[in-house]
Amino acid sequence: MAIKKFAFIVEKLPYKSETSRLALTHAIASQTVEIYLEDGDNVEPVIAFIGDGVLNMLKGQKALDIYGVTSLEMHIKNALLLDLRVLVCKEDLDRYGLTEDDIVMDAEEIGGELTTEVVPYEKIHQEMESADHLMFF
Amino acid sequence: MAKLTIGCFSSLVGSMTLDFAVKLAEAAVKKGHEVDLWLSGNATMLGKTRQSNFRDYSYLAGTVEELIKTGKFQVTICEACGKARGIDKEDVFEGVKIHSMDWYLASAFSADRVFHIGGE
Repeated sequence: MAIKKFAFIVEKLPYKSETSRLALTHAIASQTVEIYLEDGDNVEPVIAFIGDGVLNMLKGQKALDIYGVTSLEMHIKNALLLDLRVLVCKEDLDRYGLTEDDIVMDAEEIGGELTTEVVPYEKIHQEMESADHLMFF
Repeated sequence: MAKLTIGCFSSLVGSMTLDFAVKLAEAAVKKGHEVDLWLSGNATMLGKTRQSNFRDYSYLAGTVEELIKTGKFQVTICEACGKARGIDKEDVFEGVKIHSMDWYLASAFSADRVFHIGGE
């Protein structure tokens, strides 16, 4: 019986490629990984946005209207709804002049209870250090 | 001997990243290790049948087929990424498996080492 921590680190821009979406969908897939594992084994995911990746967190995305695809904003809300820890690098938000008012902080409207954690890079580094596997997107 | 899980998200043609991933898998299998290769995003093209071996383009199907024959190598494409590109069971060559993303996480769970090679 083991719990392994996977850290999904996103530093790519939204929509320029599908990379950040794949980070979110792979992280969300941790919710069903148990079907492939022994009883008692599981994956503990954490997803962190750093560098240009913090732009994935912007509120008011119109991807569904413009491109006909689910927005990264909605994927992030789904992650919060499923109790995935979502971390955002404070220094990189500052670099873009962004605050908590500009980014997805919760998924209250769909019943989510967890909120986004805006943290110093040092905290994200600690999460990476404590992870069993690191997946860098 | 150890188990290595490699996740690759880069395209077969247009990037050499997938070439690197397959070479790494080949080297590990030759040393006696087991390798799971997960192909997501544009990397799913590697599983496609009827690839042509042109000198100007990467051609990895031959190497992958040989690796599958060793019994120490599994190649799996992401179901959703494949279907979005028109790649279904009948479109992949023999030995290529298709699973959802949680399969990759499970493979990583039991791996001794994970090499996650992100997309472009």
